[in-house]
Amino acid sequence: MAPEQSGAGPHRASFWLRRGALWLLPLSFLAAFFFLPFIRILAFSLDAATLSAANLRVALATLGFTVYQAALSTLLTLAMGLPAAVLFARFRFPGRSLLHALTAVPFMLPTVVVAAGFNALLGPRGWANLALMRSFGLSSPPIAFVGTLGAILVAHVFYNTTIVIRLVEGALSGLDPKLAQAARSLGADAPRVWWRVILPLLRAPLLAAMLLVFLFDFTSFGVILLLGGPSFATLEVQIYIEALSLLNLPVASLLALVQLLFTIGFSVLYTRTAVRSRIQTAPRAAQSNRRRAATRVEWLFIAGAVLVLSAFFVLPMLALPLRSISRLDADRGDRTAVQAGLTTDYYSELFINRRNSIFYVPPIQAAANSLTYAGASVLLSLALGFPAAAALAKPGRLEKILDPILILPLGASAVTLGLGFIVTFGRWLVHPWMVPLAHTLVALPFVVRTLQPALASLPERLRQAAASLGASPFRSWQAVDWPIVRRATLSAAGFAFTISLGEFGATSLLTRPEYPTIPIAIYRFLSQPGGANYGQAMAMATLLMALTTIGILMIERLRLPGAAEF
Amino acid sequence: MQRFLALSFVLLLLTACAPQPTGPQSLTVMTHDSFAATDSVIHAFEQANNAKVSFIKSGDAGAALNKAILTKSAPLADVFYGVDNTFLARALSAGIFEAYDSPALSMIPREFQLDSTDQALPVDYGDVCINYDKGYFAEHNLTVPARLEDLTQPAYKRLLVTENPASSSPGLAFLLATIKHFGDPGYLGFWGELHRNGLQVVDGWETAYYTNFSGSSGRGAQPMVVSYATSPAAEVMFATAPLQDSPTASIIGPDMCFRQVEFVGILKGTAHRSLARKFVDFMLGAEFQADMPAQMFVYPVVPAITLPDAFIKYSQIPSQPAMLSPDEIARNRDSWIEAWTNAVLH
Repeated sequence: MAPEQSGAGPHRASFWLRRGALWLLPLSFLAAFFFLPFIRILAFSLDAATLSAANLRVALATLGFTVYQAALSTLLTLAMGLPAAVLFARFRFPGRSLLHALTAVPFMLPTVVVAAGFNALLGPRGWANLALMRSFGLSSPPIAFVGTLGAILVAHVFYNTTIVIRLVEGALSGLDPKLAQAARSLGADAPRVWWRVILPLLRAPLLAAMLLVFLFDFTSFGVILLLGGPSFATLEVQIYIEALSLLNLPVASLLALVQLLFTIGFSVLYTRTAVRSRIQTAPRAAQSNRRRAATRVEWLFIAGAVLVLSAFFVLPMLALPLRSISRLDADRGDRTAVQAGLTTDYYSELFINRRNSIFYVPPIQAAANSLTYAGASVLLSLALGFPAAAALAKPGRLEKILDPILILPLGASAVTLGLGFIVTFGRWLVHPWMVPLAHTLVALPFVVRTLQPALASLPERLRQAAASLGASPFRSWQAVDWPIVRRATLSAAGFAFTISLGEFGATSLLTRPEYPTIPIAIYRFLSQPGGANYGQAMAMATLLMALTTIGILMIERLRLPGAAEF
Repeated sequence: MQRFLALSFVLLLLTACAPQPTGPQSLTVMTHDSFAATDSVIHAFEQANNAKVSFIKSGDAGAALNKAILTKSAPLADVFYGVDNTFLARALSAGIFEAYDSPALSMIPREFQLDSTDQALPVDYGDVCINYDKGYFAEHNLTVPARLEDLTQPAYKRLLVTENPASSSPGLAFLLATIKHFGDPGYLGFWGELHRNGLQVVDGWETAYYTNFSGSSGRGAQPMVVSYATSPAAEVMFATAPLQDSPTASIIGPDMCFRQVEFVGILKGTAHRSLARKFVDFMLGAEFQADMPAQMFVYPVVPAITLPDAFIKYSQIPSQPAMLSPDEIARNRDSWIEAWTNAVLH
């Protein structure tokens, strides 16, 4: 029991007051922008006739496949993410920052662009297949990628590994080496130290990562639709088809309800399982825990991990910049010849309104729109995430109920929520703040999960020591709390930034045509034929990748005034 | 002094009651994402009518219609453009439009006036046809299929990619063309044979055209794709280096193309009825109709409009496009798609 909960009378009242104040902002945000629209659309479209046995059977079967592919994807993501997190947390090697930023880039790439990249690498006429066919003299492509379950799993790992890396790396790099050293001095060898000391301490961030990755995969839409193809249907894909293609809102709402109930059940299960241990060890500066490879085994590990990560994260996306600078016009009768000729035409074409379209927006403007929305989302998510994380850092009975509620928007149907927004907000839908609000709904669980361990690890003793030396609450917060929380805040800001940059579904629903973001601009180019359109889409995608990489690198290197590393 | 003040006060009140010089009226037009227009054309309308037009783009046709139906009681816009003939019956039964018997209707051929109540007025049409890669067919000495039945021949095994009718508008259009040709349930036998002949099905047009089609810049594996009759013209118009000929062409045999007609309507409950009517007249007028082809790659319903050169050279209009009545489509859409899914995807 947390110290504040024992004690009666005025202590109890001030405790509840403080708790209430912390939860007020995040909860009212969720109430207004999640619960209200969701309940309204469900109430509007559900009726008793929809709850037939046949519909429920189909819903449960779809739920089964959705859970299956999400669980499998999560396990594979952990298998890729854990070694990567160890790599980044423990070792220093040339290109570390760049590789670290590159693993985060996929997270905000629109699916249509990722699908193009994977196809360029693994499609029937992709590099891998062409190389294999040439070297072994095969007549048909040996690798079948698109349209298989494998494609879905690989794409999920590609997208979500960064979640595992960020959450686990943060915890790992802040771990006090004294614990591992103590275990060593008691005779444990390296594997035993990992298994008995380090992994248990990583349990909380690992579980948090599993939760977020699972929910992302559970509500995955673009990947299933584009890379899995029509043979695979998850709940979200079915909801999309029923609602927006068949205009069958009752069935769509039934599926959304099934999805939401499962998410509630799953997050309650998570809350019960996750042990929030307050690791009150003296936190270390991240840098001091990193070193060069010392033994041959470590060197092999670094080399191997860097190779795998580069191949997995960089290769598929190489196609986009390459295509944005090569001649892409389909010339008649010239199919097999490699189109020689580099060109910057597609980049310069971006700045020309060739058709004098009323909706033309120069790429600088689209980039500025994206960055503005991202900035607003970061501020909003931090403003709402800090109080929630602070409350969750000292969890009590109230937190056990409210924690799953915070997670809900991640596991809820984006399409249904979008329709709920339409029904609830009407003309307010095109207000500029709606887009960052929608982005914040998705980013909030990430921000909270990133901040909460840091806030939980704040050493009480240090604060008390500062107070006993005469520091005011603000001063002790500035000198003790802030340096510890700073890293987590930057990491959380990075999450919110990338989520906002890549968000497409909600943005396409809420944005005005005069303020497109970069993903929307990419989609616009890809909706018409022609080499110039395809090339410009590739150019915009490359710009988005560059923007994200630079943005992440900047956030990670940010040195805020007054917070010295110790 | 007091009398003077009272008099000037009364005069002030009187001037307040006098008609004010009007600022521009605002008009909101809700469209689907594919709407495009030249800015000078829209500005000309704005200046001629002292108006400010703003657009709300609302996703594809289905999503936009959904939005309009959900906000029926408090409409987000004054005019809605983007209902097509596959969604027409649905839009009319939802009662989102108010009737407007525009004088421009007299110029439009009967075949496009699918709504006799004049709530939805036709604006443009386009044909969904199979596009083929000319270079591939020449290289492999293949003859272009002339009828739908030819597509099941072994010579075309694994060469066709189509979109899922449940999630794609051209995919649905192609399915409807086969239903018109083979009848219900005859079409299912045809699709079963296509499936056995290696048919590729993907989610939507972007994937089919840019990932699977060999004739596009994506350099995919299939030389035949279900796309639009105007796509070959777009390939020429959107090439960065000038092309001598379009790399693709459409297959326009009987019943091989499906005709899509798009409509505009005034949303019920609009506060700017007269301006909305003027905008509808403007959309049916010569200037906008002539602007549409190069912007949206559709054909104008008003006859005798000058088309761009590329359209005339590279885009073909089928002589016998497949069409089904909007009511029949609305009645059977769900069951047709379900039957198709069972025949092809399972």
